[in-house]
Amino acid sequence: MENGILYAGYMSSMCAASTNAGSDSEDFSFMIKLLKEFKIGGTTLNITSTHICLLIVTITLLVVSVIVNRIVKKANASDTPGTIQNIAEMVVEMLNNMVYSSMGKETKRFVNYISTLFIFVLFCNISGLFGLRAPTADYGVTLPLGVITFVMIHYCGIKKNKMKHFSDMCKPVLLTPINVIGELAVPISLSLRLFGNIMSGTVLMGLIYMLPRYVTVGIPAVAHVYFDIFSGCIQAYVISMLTMVYITDKIGD
Amino acid sequence: MDNITGQEFIYAMSAIGAGIAMIAGVGPGIGQGYAAGQAAAAVGRNPGAKSDITSTMLLGQAVAETTGLYGLAVAIILMFVKPFK
Repeated sequence: MENGILYAGYMSSMCAASTNAGSDSEDFSFMIKLLKEFKIGGTTLNITSTHICLLIVTITLLVVSVIVNRIVKKANASDTPGTIQNIAEMVVEMLNNMVYSSMGKETKRFVNYISTLFIFVLFCNISGLFGLRAPTADYGVTLPLGVITFVMIHYCGIKKNKMKHFSDMCKPVLLTPINVIGELAVPISLSLRLFGNIMSGTVLMGLIYMLPRYVTVGIPAVAHVYFDIFSGCIQAYVISMLTMVYITDKIGD
Repeated sequence: MDNITGQEFIYAMSAIGAGIAMIAGVGPGIGQGYAAGQAAAAVGRNPGAKSDITSTMLLGQAVAETTGLYGLAVAIILMFVKPFK
């Protein structure tokens, strides 16, 4: 009982169903799988499928960036750029334009973080297409992204406006609690939006794959295009765009 | 009614509750449709600003979607995490 409520509060433990009880835990393919359990002192550390998928995504990103770095470093200005260099330049230019369109002259300070966030979330969302369980369908992955944004918002706000940052929060004095709650809701809504979208896609894909064999011939392909590629790209764009909007709101003139 | 245990009754009620929670999807549907319609009208008036309008529309729709996702989170918890045992 108390376990259940604890797990409900902490949604990343969708894996809970497979760890405890066991009597009523049907193993759905879209649930987080528990792979290994460590006991350190009184606490248990669970290695779940999220960790493995996250590791695979990170290693893929590292390998790609190392290859691109090598090629770009070797390139001469007089040479014709190759395929990989062309693609890399296109991506960097696109991300630069995206950040510039909403941050203006502050672009240089934030373009690295926003680009990293965009590419990381995009790869995480698309990984469902390659048989992994999308890591962003775990609330333990998306909440830190929201918290990083929250810390950045207030760091930039305090750095820019000093104490005025706090006095702005109680502008109409009566509305101070509502303003504070509004500030605290930013990371939660930011992370829950990404989590909810990718989670719903993962659950629906799992349900589609549970249909009878002769139905699952062409339907999963169409569903993958919508839930993984379209929804994943939109959500990666939205989370990086909202991060920029919130930060610009604080450091703007 | 004699052959339904209390546990099964709770699961059945959880499933009904999950269904009711997803009524929250009505609001975001209306809101997103309205935003898309307005964006279409704006593109019709000013086709040159198509990319700006599209990004603004997507951002607004994503924010409007949040309340529906709260309902989805409640429904998923009721269906799969089973908080009431």
